[in-house]
Amino acid sequence: MSTTSVDAHEHSNNHAGHGYGDNNQLYVHFHRDDYGSKFGMWLFLFTEVLLFGGLFILYYGYRIAYPHDYHNAAMELNIVMGAVNTLVLLTSSLTMVLSIVALRRKSIKTSLFYLIVTFGFGATFCVNKYFEWSAKIHHGIFPGSMELRETRPAGEVVFFGLYYLMTGLHTFHVIVGMVIMVFCFIFIRTGTINSDKYIVLENAGLYWHLVDLIWIFLFPLFYLLH
Amino acid sequence: MSMNTTTNKNYTNFFQVKTKHKGLLAWLLTTDHKRIGIMYLVSILSFFLVGLTFAFMMRLEMLTPGPTIVDAQTYNSFFTLHGMIMVFLFIIPGIPAVFGNFFLPLQIGADDVAFPRINLLSYYLYLAGAFLALYSLIFQTHIDTGWTFYVPYSLRTGTDVTLPLIAAFILGFSSIVTGLNFITTMHRMRIKGMTMFQMPLFSWSLYSTAWIQVLATPIIGITIVLVLLERSFGFGIFDPTLGGDPVLYQHLFWIYSHPAVYIMAIPAFGVISDVVATFSRKSIFGYKVMAYSTMSIAFIGYLVWAHHMFTSGMSDTARTVFSFLTFFVAIPTGVKVFNWVATLWRGTIVMSSPMLMALSAIFLFSIGGLTGLHLGSISTDVHLHDTYFVIAHFHYVIIGGILSMFIAAMHFWFPKMFGKMHNEKVAKVGVVMYFIGANVLYFPMFIMGYMGMPRRYFDYLPEFQIYHVVSTVGSWILITAILLMFTNLLIAIFKGKPAGSNPWGAKTLEWTMPSPPPLLNFIDTPVPSKDPYDYSDHDERIFRDLKNKENIINQENS
Repeated sequence: MSTTSVDAHEHSNNHAGHGYGDNNQLYVHFHRDDYGSKFGMWLFLFTEVLLFGGLFILYYGYRIAYPHDYHNAAMELNIVMGAVNTLVLLTSSLTMVLSIVALRRKSIKTSLFYLIVTFGFGATFCVNKYFEWSAKIHHGIFPGSMELRETRPAGEVVFFGLYYLMTGLHTFHVIVGMVIMVFCFIFIRTGTINSDKYIVLENAGLYWHLVDLIWIFLFPLFYLLH
Repeated sequence: MSMNTTTNKNYTNFFQVKTKHKGLLAWLLTTDHKRIGIMYLVSILSFFLVGLTFAFMMRLEMLTPGPTIVDAQTYNSFFTLHGMIMVFLFIIPGIPAVFGNFFLPLQIGADDVAFPRINLLSYYLYLAGAFLALYSLIFQTHIDTGWTFYVPYSLRTGTDVTLPLIAAFILGFSSIVTGLNFITTMHRMRIKGMTMFQMPLFSWSLYSTAWIQVLATPIIGITIVLVLLERSFGFGIFDPTLGGDPVLYQHLFWIYSHPAVYIMAIPAFGVISDVVATFSRKSIFGYKVMAYSTMSIAFIGYLVWAHHMFTSGMSDTARTVFSFLTFFVAIPTGVKVFNWVATLWRGTIVMSSPMLMALSAIFLFSIGGLTGLHLGSISTDVHLHDTYFVIAHFHYVIIGGILSMFIAAMHFWFPKMFGKMHNEKVAKVGVVMYFIGANVLYFPMFIMGYMGMPRRYFDYLPEFQIYHVVSTVGSWILITAILLMFTNLLIAIFKGKPAGSNPWGAKTLEWTMPSPPPLLNFIDTPVPSKDPYDYSDHDERIFRDLKNKENIINQENS
């Protein structure tokens, strides 16, 4: 942690720091604990990991039940598209960190620039995903489709069901991350997030890295494992 | 000593304090953990009374074979509503949301939780989920899946499953956020000089509960999303006609819902620990072991879920492992029971209403816990699965061990929350009636369950009638006891005598401030002692004498 962050553990125990006025009105109650905020964020990330964890259990359970169907279905996914998206997300994590570092060094313009670049990478990922899904849907492969129900074996139905679920839920997280970035952008512009108080941006970064990390598992499990 | 800080008239308590907003908004927009705790108390008790009504009607229906007051389909929705409301709206949030919110910061010497605004958010998530559930339960076709939502039935039933599932998802979010908040609070906001192993055991129980809330709840979240998507789009994840496996649903469901049993139980254990230590005037026997056993129940409890599925189709290896782990979780639980009893040994036992309730809870919970072992061993479970034996076991734990400790906590902390003292005699009559009612209601269920009476059935063979009649009479006794105690507390809010800061002679930090507490909790920075239940300087005779004096002072002032 940098020296600028406030250790509010000391503060919260300092009861002389606040009190009551004459009309029983409360004085402004200042409480800041950057370390605590980050702690809470990590706990939240735990819950995200477990949310996906349920899906990974299902993926693994059905992989044991239908190894051949998984193999055949995985052959149909476009490795190039997946690889490009992996590259895009990994790079976006780098630019996210650069944005935080720039803010800590008080170069606000650089920070905003890298934030926009990160946002751009996120958007690229979504566009890429859009084309990938469209192609699949065009071929009649989507949950509940006639193609899947009537011509494909059960394992492939489950594989594509999980494919849409897990990449869909992941893309939803990418979009949430991008929305958070928009807020960070506004807050940096207004000065709410600044070189002294950047914990919100840092937490946004943590969230973005998690999104990245989940994709690193999704990519090999769906695209590469034949 | 706490006696010195009583009847400080120069403070404004959190009920009276003026804030930015006025009137009702001062409550609805508050971030004060005590006000949020009170709001939770009111909401949770309201939903509890709704669930209680369904329980009452179910027992009434079972009075005679065949239709008594309702038809079979209505009975199906009765047990679903009863289960859903009691599990998701009452017993899971129950103690942590009400007493955790109110007393965790007080017990560890903090002025609020770590994220006060997120705390309010969790309340509104709870309220949104609750209203969504109630709306669907009342205005839509009545859901008949049981609270477990087992597939494939929940995929096929024509009743409206969607809204209750969304409600359960939102309630899960509320639970996660509360857990996250509590863990951070305990790590970051403890007062200087108080280590983790100097926290009162109620705080410890909230700590391990919070970890379960954070680590288990997301699994039910994703499972609910899957059922919703499966119903609307046919993903094929759980639907056997598309290649899915319904048993995997059961696994995911119980990966959350078994630890959820410990979300319900562990805070109740924490209350027992605090109450037993306080009214034995003695430090808890084996403090560290108690803290560790709390954590290990939470941990091992995470690994036993499949004992709900011994008859659902699993390999023998899996069944043996899960059976073994189930027996294993009984060890830390047993440690707790023995330590509570050992705390009583050579203590100065004060038979107050919370203490009486705690003793009754230890007894009833032991019956509930030990019959759990019958269900945890595979061979007997095959016979007892899905019978009234399971219902009896579960309700001995919940009603005997957890609801009773919720009520005990209401009595124990009532003077602190409202600054008034309730009528102890009426409360004690209530506790005794509660004990009798619970036994009369649930013990016959063990017998008829063992004889083969299946759960969730609307009708039964004539030979079971005597047990059902006894059980229904028991439900009347139990409900009367609960209403008696609630009314007693309600009257005390308006007519009770001033309680003073520490009417029970308790030693934990929440009793060092005046009652009701001021907005920022501590007027003087509290000094935590090494042992949260340090009774080394306690003299019961002086305490009782002082208590009389204190009451006189209070009466004069009011």
